[in-house]
Amino acid sequence: MSNVPNELKYTKSHEWVRTEADGSITVGITDHAQELLGDMVFIELPETEANYTAGDECAVVESVKAASDVYSPITGEVIAINEELADAPETVNEDAFDTGWLFKMQPEDAGEIDELMNAEAYAELIAEEEH
Amino acid sequence: MSSSATLSPAQHTPLYAQHLAAGAKIVDFAGWEMPIHYGSQLEEHHQVRNDAGMFDVSHMVVLDLTGSGATSFLRYLLANDVARIQTPGKALYSCLLNERGGVIDDLIIYFMADDWYRMVVNAATRDKDLAWIRQQAEGYEVEIRERDDLAMIAVQGPNARDKAHIALGASIDAARELKPFFAADCNDSKGDLFVARTGYTGEDGYEIILPAGQAGATWDALLATGVKPIGLGARDTLRLEAGMNLYGQDMDENTSPLEAGLSWTVAFTPEDRDFIGRAALARQKADGPANKLVGLILEDRGILRAHQKIITEHGEGETTSGSFSPTLGKSIALARIPVATTGHCQVEIRGKQLAARIVKYPFARNGKSLFD
Repeated sequence: MSNVPNELKYTKSHEWVRTEADGSITVGITDHAQELLGDMVFIELPETEANYTAGDECAVVESVKAASDVYSPITGEVIAINEELADAPETVNEDAFDTGWLFKMQPEDAGEIDELMNAEAYAELIAEEEH
Repeated sequence: MSSSATLSPAQHTPLYAQHLAAGAKIVDFAGWEMPIHYGSQLEEHHQVRNDAGMFDVSHMVVLDLTGSGATSFLRYLLANDVARIQTPGKALYSCLLNERGGVIDDLIIYFMADDWYRMVVNAATRDKDLAWIRQQAEGYEVEIRERDDLAMIAVQGPNARDKAHIALGASIDAARELKPFFAADCNDSKGDLFVARTGYTGEDGYEIILPAGQAGATWDALLATGVKPIGLGARDTLRLEAGMNLYGQDMDENTSPLEAGLSWTVAFTPEDRDFIGRAALARQKADGPANKLVGLILEDRGILRAHQKIITEHGEGETTSGSFSPTLGKSIALARIPVATTGHCQVEIRGKQLAARIVKYPFARNGKSLFD
C-alpha cells in the first residue's frame, strides 16, 4: 500500500503539493505514481521563471518503462527546480515526498491550493485505481 | 470457460502461482497475464548481465514438425535454409516471410532428426503463424503439432548454466557439452525435456522446454540455487542491448528483413532453392534497399523510445525500439534510417532535436558494454 502523507495536497494526475511558510509550493509525484512507473532514469524539469496554468504539462518523468507527463497543479511561476535529479533520478523512487521533489512554484492565487484533494480523497482515488 | 465469448479470458502459464509468490507486477501480454517485473526492472537487468536470472516464456509457441517431407517443406517455408543445420540439435534463426518479402514472424528452428524439427514462434503472432504454416504445408508430407503440453523457462546469465546443472542435476546432463546454438533432447524424452543453449539476452544460458506439470518444481529448484525471476521489462532492455529484433516493433509484415538488419538470415544460396518471399527480396536486393537498421546512442540527455523521428542529411528515419540502457548508463535505440547515413543524426523528442551517434549493434554482450 502506498504512503499518503496527511499534510500534503494532491491532484488526480498524482502530483503532491506542499505549501511552504513563505506561501510558495513544492511539487512532486506521489509514492503511488513512482511505484507504477518503476525505476526512474531521466527527469525533464521546467525552466525557472516559466509560467504555467493549472493542468499544463510542465515536466516529464521517464522510467525504464515509459515517459509520463507531470502537470502544473496550480497557476503560477516556477521559482526553483531540483537540480540534484539530473544525476540521481532514482531519488524520486527512493523518497518521492521529500528529497525527490521536482520543482517549486509561486502561486498566482493561494486559494487554488485549497481546491486540491486532501490525503483522504487521494487515498480513495488510488484505492479505486487499484481495483 | 466460455467457448462463445468473443474476448478470450486472460491466460495463465503453469508458473503463474510462482510469479504471484515472488511479488510480480502482472500485465497483459498478447492475452497472457505475465510478470513485467518483480520489484525493480533495473536490478533484474543487472542480475542477468552479472549472474543468473530466469524468465517464464511458456506463452511462446512450441511446434513439432515431423514427417519425411519436413526438410523440403521448411526449405520452402523459411527465408533461412534448414539445409545449414543437418546436425542433431543444431538451431537456426529465421524469418517467416509473406510473398511480398514482409516478415510474418521471426523464430528459432532446431533440427532434431531427419524427420523431426522443433520450432519456437512468438505468442502474439500464434494464430496467424499457425494458419499460414498449415496453409503452406498442404501437399507436403509433414505433420505440425502444437506442444501446449509444454512450458518453457529461459535461464540466462554468466552463471546460468552452472546453476541450472546444480538445480536440475542428472536430468539435464545431456546439455553439459552443448555448444552455443545447439539443443539436446534429454533422456530420449522425444522433446519433453529439451534444453537449448540459446536465448534472447546476449548472455550465455539455456532455454528449457519441459512438461507443464514439472514447471513449478523446476522453477522452485532454480530459485533455490539463486537464479532470480526476471520480468518481461528487463527481457526487453536485455534484448535491445544485445541488438536483437523484437517482432511487431523492429519489423513486421510491411518490413523486409533486408531493411531490418536481418540480411544475414536470408539464405539466397543455393540459388535454386525456392522460398516464400524470395522473388520480392531478390528484386529489392538488386535495386538496393532504401533503409537500414542501425543502433543509436543518445549523446544529449533524454530517453529514446520507439517511433521517434530521426533527421539525417539523407532524409528522415524512425526509431523502432528505444530505452535507457542499464549496462551503458545511456539511452539507446534501434532505428531505421536512409542507407547512406553514417556518423551522427538528430532525434526529435518532444519538439527538441537531440544528437545521437550511429553505431553498429549489439550495444552489450556477455556482461559488458561494447561502447565507452
